[in-house]
Amino acid sequence: MSIKSVTQNGFAVVVLNGEIDLSRSQEVRRALLEPLAAGHPTLAEMSGVTYIDSSGIAALVEAHQAARKKSLKFGLLAVSEPVSGVLALARLDKVFSFLTEIPSGQ
Amino acid sequence: MTEPLLLEIKFVADPSWLSTVRQRVRTAAAQLTADTGWVADVVMAVNEACMNVMQHAYKGDMAGEIVLKMRQVGAFLEIALLDFAPPIAPDTIRPRALEDLRPGGLGTHFIRALMDRCEYANLAQGAGNILRMHKRLIVDARRAEVRAP
Repeated sequence: MSIKSVTQNGFAVVVLNGEIDLSRSQEVRRALLEPLAAGHPTLAEMSGVTYIDSSGIAALVEAHQAARKKSLKFGLLAVSEPVSGVLALARLDKVFSFLTEIPSGQ
Repeated sequence: MTEPLLLEIKFVADPSWLSTVRQRVRTAAAQLTADTGWVADVVMAVNEACMNVMQHAYKGDMAGEIVLKMRQVGAFLEIALLDFAPPIAPDTIRPRALEDLRPGGLGTHFIRALMDRCEYANLAQGAGNILRMHKRLIVDARRAEVRAP
């Protein structure tokens, strides 16, 4: 699994790739919470995520809640089919903001 | 007669094992069907069950031993997951309400949603815990044709 953070159009974009499971989900959690703690709207780019378990989903939920507390935008960008299936199974597909591209001019 | 095991793995409650376990389970389950969705359901249920053992039974003690066994029993795939942690009362293992939006607590919901049956029990004399999961096999038309006389 790899994590890369970039800034684009005013968003912190955390690019996640590979399999997110309990062995790496704390790194994902930190990578998502860090920009939110610094006050940046944040997107999790997930087109390259091939597997996610409930610990990875928990990291997304925590980031979603942290963003709401700070009235910051948080969304899931280019969600892969394996991730969307798990979000639907957890009935979280109506909770997150799903984006297909990075919004312009944040 | 006991059906032969499709897979038996012994490993420790270290999350770095999960990737290997998923790969081994995927390979074993794929012997039963070409349906990748069915196989993915089995892989996810096993991953979540292993996570529950690591986090809640062994409480992060990465030296704890886990044994996973898979076999076909009639029209079902049976998976048994054994741990040797202090016994957990089976009736306390329940999924949380999904409307309660918070991080964590989804593993048991996933297992119940993905498998047809799951039963928790304690091993004899307080030696640990066992989770038995069953998933009905998919009749694979292509393979059935191959097997037909």
